Amino acid sequence: MFYFSIPLGKFVRRVSRLRGGGSALPGLVVEKIDPGFMRRTLSTLPHGVAVVSGTNGKTTTTKMVVELLESQGLKVFTNRTGSNFTRGVAAALLGEVDWRGRLDADVAVLELDEAHAVHFVNQVPPRYSLLLNVLRDQLDRFGEIDKTAQLLQHIASKTTGTVVLNREDPRVARIAETLTAGTHGAGIEKGPDVLYFGLDDSLLSTFPNDDELRAAPGSPVPPAPPKPHADVVLRRVGAADADFECDGVTVTTAMKLRGVYNIFNAAAALTLARAIAVRDGAVADNDGLLTALSQVAPAFGRGESLVVDGLPLDLVLVKNPSGFRLGLKSFPAAGYATMIAINDNYADGRDMSWLWDVEFDTLREGGVDQLSGSRAYDMALRLQYDDVAIGAVDTEIAPALAAFISGARDKPKRIFCTYTAMLAIRRELSKITTVEVVS
Amino acid sequence: MTPQPDSSLSFGHELPPEESPAPGKGTIRVLQLYPRDMNIYGDWGNALVLAQRLRWHGYTPELLEYNVGDEFPADVDLIVGGGGQDSGQLVIQDDLLSRESVLKALAEDGTPMLVICGLYQLFGKFFKTRTGSVIPGIGVLDVETHGTDQRLIGNVSVSSPEFGTVLGYENHSGQTTLGPGVSPLGTTAKGTGNNSDDGQEGARYRNIVASYLHGSLLPKNPALADFLIRTAVERKYGSFSPGTPDDSYAVLAREHAARRPR
Ligand SMILES: [Zn+2]
Repeated sequence: MFYFSIPLGKFVRRVSRLRGGGSALPGLVVEKIDPGFMRRTLSTLPHGVAVVSGTNGKTTTTKMVVELLESQGLKVFTNRTGSNFTRGVAAALLGEVDWRGRLDADVAVLELDEAHAVHFVNQVPPRYSLLLNVLRDQLDRFGEIDKTAQLLQHIASKTTGTVVLNREDPRVARIAETLTAGTHGAGIEKGPDVLYFGLDDSLLSTFPNDDELRAAPGSPVPPAPPKPHADVVLRRVGAADADFECDGVTVTTAMKLRGVYNIFNAAAALTLARAIAVRDGAVADNDGLLTALSQVAPAFGRGESLVVDGLPLDLVLVKNPSGFRLGLKSFPAAGYATMIAINDNYADGRDMSWLWDVEFDTLREGGVDQLSGSRAYDMALRLQYDDVAIGAVDTEIAPALAAFISGARDKPKRIFCTYTAMLAIRRELSKITTVEVVS
Repeated sequence: MTPQPDSSLSFGHELPPEESPAPGKGTIRVLQLYPRDMNIYGDWGNALVLAQRLRWHGYTPELLEYNVGDEFPADVDLIVGGGGQDSGQLVIQDDLLSRESVLKALAEDGTPMLVICGLYQLFGKFFKTRTGSVIPGIGVLDVETHGTDQRLIGNVSVSSPEFGTVLGYENHSGQTTLGPGVSPLGTTAKGTGNNSDDGQEGARYRNIVASYLHGSLLPKNPALADFLIRTAVERKYGSFSPGTPDDSYAVLAREHAARRPR
């Protein structure tokens, strides 16, 4: 069968590329004239569709799952360019299908923003879903954290095969209770299987959830209910390696990824990849998966290390209180020059209140050398109230970055920055150093 | 994730250490209401600002917490409370009603209080949800709130007769109407405030300041913070001798915030 929509969509895709336009327009065109396109195309994949969602770490986790599955010889379709919404997936599909609409892949692994994932799973029920976390992020958009949890729950309820849940995030772990048989929509007889990824008790305190933001030291906490078994448990995080336990065996593996939260998401990726890569009852190839995991480099912008004047310059993306606190904890300040750049554009979130949910005491000893971004003075005010010394403040990123680099030539450097500030910093840095460019 | 009792690793907020011994102008006891369940969008910032500015004015802050089921502390000089998820409001609702008389007595007696968003609503007479169920408030403030489908989100600028321009960020779907027993904190120059009809934001009653503004409210509005502090100190010690906090970052943060879009 020949679908007129595909050549048309491909044509729009070419034209919009030539015009330098966004990636979503061709997806929009196909959605409008052929609403069944995505479901039809993705339903042919032998291993089905896996959806990755949650507040933090979707991009890096999706990248890990893709590379893990490729190490197992699977051909993976993914929405690599970060178009984590339905039209972006449609547009990415158009680039991959042949003129008859066939997709040459074994499995699709798709990063989807929570709100768009709901729209997507209503059209294409996934065989797998991986739900990472529910943190305060862009609450301007969703209003409430509990609503975000409901969005993830909807994704889980539409999943036909296996749902992978974060055992340590109560709002995510609780989703399992809603997945009992009989609560599902048409065409699904029984609920999906549930697998968890988890953390060793010794690491739990490095992953606070938002309910604990204000748990005062020593104040009584409700007793924790017993935890379910996790398929993969992160046992230990070292400087350049980590211990993962699966199938009762703990294995140490080297890691290129940095930051505790990335490495916890590696446990998530392993759990999902193990579920997908099991074929005809065969056991997953753990050694192959762990070797592949050790090779994964961070996705664009999520904690990457560049070199400036022969010394490392780390960019740490911060976009919500938990992410900022984990960033501060994962990357100790000692010996580093520090810059913080806070923008409040739409993609960063307009609300600055989140800065007050982060403690900056770890920066007190060395101070902060440079502040920048449209809300640099909100950051300055925040640091003042935590008694952290401030070097210079300049809301303009380019001069601030230049001053920061020339003022700390002999020191490794670290920049904590919001999303659009990171884009601006990378643009400026590319004039100074070689920076990986994303398409 | 599972809460950890180990305080050395805890993310619970703590005050920065004092550089010098308490200067001895006196101690002010600041009570945070329900910090465990009603504490969102940087509400901690308000408590932190009160504590730090007390120090900068030469007084010693004593930060207290009241959570569901706790004993209500005596000799409270200043009270601060925040907003929460719907789930947080459900958790505290009954406990708050059981504290109606003590909070009313403190309010009538002139204790300075700052209540933001969720606790602003519950300090009123009631909150009527979209589905028509009525959550009773403690009626300290002559206001009522109705849930709506519309979420009011964005930067806000308020002109207040007492405090000048008040800057913050709102995020609420409940809409509040003031009764004759209270006056508004001010009128909105940018943003919505109490409701989408009358252009007013917040409420004032005795020494209570109630507002929808997060952001946090006090850091960028030191005049408001100092009103609460001055009132608390004067009530306890008869007079207030201010220090000289350096508000130059606050001034610049206000200038830049005021220029940002809604
Ligand atoms: Zn609010």
